[in-house]
Amino acid sequence: MNWKRSLIALLAAVPVLALFAFGFTRNPAEIESPLPGRQAPLFTLAVLSPGEGAMARIPGDTLRLADLAGKVVVVNFWASWCLPCRTEHAALSETARYYADKPVQFVGVLYNDEPAAGLRWISEMGGMSYPGVTDVESRTAIDYGLYGVPETFIIDPSGRVAHKHLGPITADVLRRVTDSVLINMAPAAKAAKSTAG
Amino acid sequence: MIKYLPAVVSLLVFSGIAGEAQTGTPPPRSTVRSDSALEARTTAVASTLRCPVCQGESIQDSPSELAQQMRAVVRDKLRAGETPEQIKAYFAARYGEWILLEPRMTGLNVVLYVLPVVIILGGLVIVVYLVRKWTRPV
Amino acid sequence: MIGNIAHSALLVSVPVVALGVILTPVAIRRARREWLQLVYGAVYANFLLVSIATISMVVALVTHDFSVSYVAAVGSRSTPLLFTIISLWGALEGSILFWAWVLAMYAAAVVWLHSRRPGDLVPYAAMTLLAVSAFFAILLVGPADPFRPVFPVPSDGPGPNTLLQNHILMAVHPPLLYLGYVGMTVPFAFAIGAIISNEATSNEWAQLSRRWMLASWGFLTAAIIAGMWWSYEVLGWGGYWAWDPVENASFLPWLTATAYLHSVMVQERRNMLRLWTLNLCVATFVLTILGTFLTRSGILSSVHAFTTGSIGYYFLGFIGVVLVATLVLVAGHSDRIRTPGKLGGAASRETVFLLNNLFLTAVMLTVLVGTLYPLIAEALRGVKVSVGEPFFNRMTVPAMVALIFLMGVGPSLPWGSTTVADARKRLTPPLIGALIMAVIAIAVGTRSIYAILAFTFVGYAAMGNLREYWIGMRARRKAHGESWPVSLARLVRGNRRRYGGYVAHIGILFVAIGVTASSTFRTEREATLLPGETLTVSGKTVRLKNVWGREEPQRSVIGATLDILSKDGSVTGTLEPRMNFYRVSDQPVPTPDVKSSIAGDLYVNLMAFEANGANATIKVIVEPLVPWIWFGGLVIVVGSVIGMFHGGRRTAPEQSVAT
Repeated sequence: MNWKRSLIALLAAVPVLALFAFGFTRNPAEIESPLPGRQAPLFTLAVLSPGEGAMARIPGDTLRLADLAGKVVVVNFWASWCLPCRTEHAALSETARYYADKPVQFVGVLYNDEPAAGLRWISEMGGMSYPGVTDVESRTAIDYGLYGVPETFIIDPSGRVAHKHLGPITADVLRRVTDSVLINMAPAAKAAKSTAG
Repeated sequence: MIKYLPAVVSLLVFSGIAGEAQTGTPPPRSTVRSDSALEARTTAVASTLRCPVCQGESIQDSPSELAQQMRAVVRDKLRAGETPEQIKAYFAARYGEWILLEPRMTGLNVVLYVLPVVIILGGLVIVVYLVRKWTRPV
Repeated sequence: MIGNIAHSALLVSVPVVALGVILTPVAIRRARREWLQLVYGAVYANFLLVSIATISMVVALVTHDFSVSYVAAVGSRSTPLLFTIISLWGALEGSILFWAWVLAMYAAAVVWLHSRRPGDLVPYAAMTLLAVSAFFAILLVGPADPFRPVFPVPSDGPGPNTLLQNHILMAVHPPLLYLGYVGMTVPFAFAIGAIISNEATSNEWAQLSRRWMLASWGFLTAAIIAGMWWSYEVLGWGGYWAWDPVENASFLPWLTATAYLHSVMVQERRNMLRLWTLNLCVATFVLTILGTFLTRSGILSSVHAFTTGSIGYYFLGFIGVVLVATLVLVAGHSDRIRTPGKLGGAASRETVFLLNNLFLTAVMLTVLVGTLYPLIAEALRGVKVSVGEPFFNRMTVPAMVALIFLMGVGPSLPWGSTTVADARKRLTPPLIGALIMAVIAIAVGTRSIYAILAFTFVGYAAMGNLREYWIGMRARRKAHGESWPVSLARLVRGNRRRYGGYVAHIGILFVAIGVTASSTFRTEREATLLPGETLTVSGKTVRLKNVWGREEPQRSVIGATLDILSKDGSVTGTLEPRMNFYRVSDQPVPTPDVKSSIAGDLYVNLMAFEANGANATIKVIVEPLVPWIWFGGLVIVVGSVIGMFHGGRRTAPEQSVAT
């Protein structure tokens, strides 16, 4: 036995095994989105369902992200055939109501679905407190790098993606992220005002 | 199969009534495309993009709805005059580098491209060396 | 009940196997060779015990005994009997059980055939086989126990993975794959046995292991081709190879095994490349385990990967043990195994074998690094990247094209050495084949340089290999006055290894031609058609007749019927691509329909359909020469069968090597 040579060979095995061990700490299905921190892709989408209160829009009108500058925008992608969308719906609808008097706009984008099915789903779920829009040929979904539904994007007042959430979102997460964006926005708005004045 | 259930059930019902188009449904569309040069370029680009909802398949090969829509995006962008590189960059900015089936030749990725060449060239040198050594008269 | 019997059998197999492993060195060190009978007994007992467990599983599956966890996970009363039986290897635990059983069978066969051989080689090989068996036995009583009791007993189960119950090839591909994969443990066991028993300096282990490797190689080749066929018939994208991690995992050991089958000839003939051949043998086994690890642990995403629990950690531990043990053994003894090289001349078959081994190894390393690169990139760059088909095609095709060329050069050159003039004389005639193929390739419109080279080299290699038969037959006819068929039969019988090898070469050429043609000239179009509308793809026209639905016990089937139209508009055949909606899955399983002929395939897949049956989106792909790939696979298998049953081979004179 040439133990020295054995030892060298043994050292060659270490990085390979370390790589595999590292592999266990990672989930190949989890792919980080490059969008957070970047400018959110603009969209212009047809309103499907109105929503309520300050967030309401008229069905048939178009809803433009560009028009929402200065507001926190929560974009939720959903579909009537999507089971997890049912579990998150109440959280979204209620959180939207909670922010009704704040500069926050929720938008529900219907993904790969018939408009009629989407409307039926909304009434089945007891309404949706924010406007729903349709996305023809999923152009906006692809712009947002969508993997599936549900996915939720929170866009700050300057139009940057602040957060992307995969899967059903909870009221806690919505509140936490939206609040933190709102808090950051307050001094920025003040600073803007003071320079203007 | 919840997403497809309505369509499947309805077709199972309809198939009893032989083939006739039903009244009250929107006029069916037909999309026999003709621009084969554009199709070929679309195929070439789509083959290098990974389908997000499948595993390991390109959006060219995947029958999924999203992949078809992504192909349509590729087609429209090509028609609008964008280069394949621009289109790949567009998708990489949305979905991450992950979507490129062929990694970019930058940074660490270069090793991936250089290594096979080094192995073959280095191997050839070794083979030449060995053959010369082994054919030398003792 | 049956679960208890099977579980007990597996539990007993653990100490039995462990006893065999421990007893082997004790028996040999203490010179108590009669104890080795106990070791061999352990091999047979293990085969018996694992057989009991495997048969129990089949019985449990067939009788829908849902009190057995594996049956509860993959069984279903509505699944047809055949698919119920083959779900034995359809999911993780069952496939581990099947693996253990195939391994136990191989071990028993090795002992049965070789245990009367004197020396320590076979005992240590048996020990190695038992040690590998021990790992699977531990998996089967621990994390991959398929016989866990289920309570309360469900009345029905979900049935097997829908992709796996959609095609009959699933009854063929996995067993072949396991026979190939697991079989490669045997040559590995002989290699390890040879090192431990100090017999690596003789060529005996190479002779023993070569035949087992050839058998496993034949199975693995058949499995890879069957897997390609399955993916072509089931996945619906008209391709057969996607460089998916699981496909790569089966290709990697194939490459090293192919290299081994060539280098071992050099070892036997010239008594050189001993260490290299041994390394290939060991690497092949390590790559089978690595491939299994990659696909069972879930660390790489793949279409075919099984979902997992803790089993990945066990596999990692096992790979660690295998790597450490073999590296220490091989590296520690490398001085003694290595032999000085000696070549008659540069223009010899040996030189071609060196190049063949270089290119095969280079392709293997490229595929290995490419497969692992997403993991490497994530570890070093923190970014998820993909390495897919475009990369692998670009990086491996040149070396594979070079290999086709070498396939023509090798058989044309003699062993030992020859003069440059003689080499030229031998290498010139196949150029006719190359020229013919090059002209055809360019005439039919091949423009890619690699495709033209591939066709040209296929012509060269085909001519080179066929010419060897012709030369041999001509010589026999002259010497013995035999007729052509008799001379062919006697020629092959006279040197099965050589002429079997050439048959395998010709099989590979069929595969190469099919792959090159279908990837170069594949044309596809997708369109949404109304009934009565037609779609034409490179001269082939199909017309949508209707869209229909049908209920089956385990699934709903939606199909489209299309007529194939000839040039004058008459119907020459029909195609029925379908989508199968299984009760248990939310994804439809595409079932394309293929019309094959010698010239190629008309491949039609149903992509989407309108709920009222008013239209269907159809993808039509015309792929030339695809059936040649499947035929080539058959030829390769015939070649390896011919090469396997040979009488023995004269060996190089023993050299005593200074230690």
